[in-house]
Amino acid sequence: MASVATMLSARRGRGKADWTDWFSYGYLLLGLVLMFGPVLWLVLSSFKSAAALNEFPPHFLPYGQKSVAVAGHETPLPLYLVTLPDGATRELAEVRRIGIQATLVDPNAPDREYKINIRDRKPVRDLQFATGNYSEIFAKFSFGTYLWNSVFITVVATLITLLFNAMAAFALSKYRFGGRDAVFLLIISTLMIPPTIILVPNFLVVSELGLLNSLWGVIWPAVATPTGVFILRQYMLTIPDELIDAARMDHASEWRIFWRIILPLSAPALAVLAIFSVMWRWNDFLWPLIVLSRTEKFTLQLALNAFQGELTTQWHYLLAMTVVTLLPVTLVFAFLQKYITTGIASAGVK
Amino acid sequence: MNSARHPLLELPAAAGRAALNAVDAPMRVVQRLLGVPRIGWMFVAPNLAILGLFTFLPIVVNFYFAFTGGVQLYPSERPFTGFENLGTLFECESYLDPSSCRKDLFWRAIYNTGEFALLQVGLMVAFALVTALVLNRKILGRGFFRGVFFYPVLLSPVVVALIWKWVLQREGVLNAVLAGAGASPIGWLSDASWAFFWCVFVSIWAHMGFYTLILLAGLQAIPADLYEAAEMDGASPWRRFSRITLPLLMPNLIVVLVLGLIRAVQIFDEVFVLTGGGPGSATTFIVQFIYQTGFAEAIHQYGLAAAASLVLALSLLVLTVLQLRLTRKSLAGGRGRDDG
Repeated sequence: MASVATMLSARRGRGKADWTDWFSYGYLLLGLVLMFGPVLWLVLSSFKSAAALNEFPPHFLPYGQKSVAVAGHETPLPLYLVTLPDGATRELAEVRRIGIQATLVDPNAPDREYKINIRDRKPVRDLQFATGNYSEIFAKFSFGTYLWNSVFITVVATLITLLFNAMAAFALSKYRFGGRDAVFLLIISTLMIPPTIILVPNFLVVSELGLLNSLWGVIWPAVATPTGVFILRQYMLTIPDELIDAARMDHASEWRIFWRIILPLSAPALAVLAIFSVMWRWNDFLWPLIVLSRTEKFTLQLALNAFQGELTTQWHYLLAMTVVTLLPVTLVFAFLQKYITTGIASAGVK
Repeated sequence: MNSARHPLLELPAAAGRAALNAVDAPMRVVQRLLGVPRIGWMFVAPNLAILGLFTFLPIVVNFYFAFTGGVQLYPSERPFTGFENLGTLFECESYLDPSSCRKDLFWRAIYNTGEFALLQVGLMVAFALVTALVLNRKILGRGFFRGVFFYPVLLSPVVVALIWKWVLQREGVLNAVLAGAGASPIGWLSDASWAFFWCVFVSIWAHMGFYTLILLAGLQAIPADLYEAAEMDGASPWRRFSRITLPLLMPNLIVVLVLGLIRAVQIFDEVFVLTGGGPGSATTFIVQFIYQTGFAEAIHQYGLAAAASLVLALSLLVLTVLQLRLTRKSLAGGRGRDDG
């Protein structure tokens, strides 16, 4: 215990904890609650049944009313803690309720009926994870279709991004052709041209290519990322030219050199770009919103948006859908956090 | 070679060989025609073609849309109207009063965006700085806490909006806490001022981690012996902060400020899902105006949307030039996009 206390108060190698340490830990704890709290609340809520979600004030954990199978009744009956007229309390199952009078039976001796005022009964509750929310979003809605659309766009766009950006980066780092520097500047300059300012003409281009309401209409405009070219070029500059010269001696074609030497050696940079690309495409919203207007082409993000806008929002389904949507990114984060944070810190990329 | 390859890897390996060979034959022909340095053009061609088609061509076409009218999408069917679209946007009795403008929503969106950008970026950079300073100390679980603050950055805007919508809705957990304290519930998203506040709050929540990381990298680049020397000279913590940390961190702070502004001016996704721009037009921002005018309303006014895009592009250009002037060095610093 004492060692923990010293560890907690050990600061800057010497001295005791001062107010800045207390402030730091207080701030971090507040940050923990504020940053993770809402996400945790979403995940916990997604395991609540529709009835439990309607409760106000809500319970922290997904509680539901316990029910028991009673002989002579087809469906399980809800369980109540009943205060009997003589003052004793018992757990009874409710058979029916008319107005303010409820009829309950003892689950173990269902022959005797108790008629009591509904004020004298309280539901018996236990933890119930409504996993049905998750299975039903696939059964009741075309959630599988949206999931597939999102996965397709993310995977295909990332593969094309890796290939095209690596090719461009290879040319810009390993060849000296006229106009090379101008091309590099041209590509990098598009970093400063956000898609938000060219929505209308881009819509025209995509529609002229016949790509409206096609997943390719989302994929093609996104694949030539300047960030990717930048990251990969910087990395390829560190690959020694001697390797390429040696391969040329052996009469390898330029394409073979690219495929067999440059690509494998760039694997770390390609991995970083792949992580970024997966997150960019998985999270894309505005452009898919414009290109994809037919429901069967919706991505997860579009489906969530459409679903939450409906008048009778069924939160128990919406919450489960949201959790499924944030799951892949959370997994990427949990396992690859180091790559992402160093990538951002070094290249200012997001 | 590679005799011990796992059978699962056989398929991708075969696909790789096939891709190599399929492209290799035509590329050899091109290589013979162009020669070695110039074959570089073949390697940049796909990337350049995509950028040309979906970035450079649209920049030019956007001007055409902005100066033509009608409801047709195809350019040759659009009558030339000169400055009519821009004129419509700027037709105001008083620029200080949006309701006196013909396109009052446009001006409300501009004022909202300006107010949002200043508030959001100012508060976000302040919090990011405090967070970075705290994370730069020798604390327990530093990596973990860095992850905590960074995690929301990766979430999609739609998910971010839904997470908070669930907290803020009328029967949500925040109102439950209020009720527990004896206060009456508040319509967090149906009251104009509160809705605006939550737009600022949620976008800070979602993006702060990114800026914290940049500032943290800047803090870690400050040599530790500067602090040791200052401490030996008896400088107070506040003096060490204001005389060492702040000046040396200034370049990073400027990057973060302008970058934040460039992104904040383009706010759309989270807010669109969180409030839909409402109540009324209280949280309608400029990109939502473009989206509504060009795509969401029954009549697609492409010309007006393109003209509004020009106004947005101009403000982003000013910010980018400012950024390059102030930092000069890194091109990556001027990035106005966060999607590639």
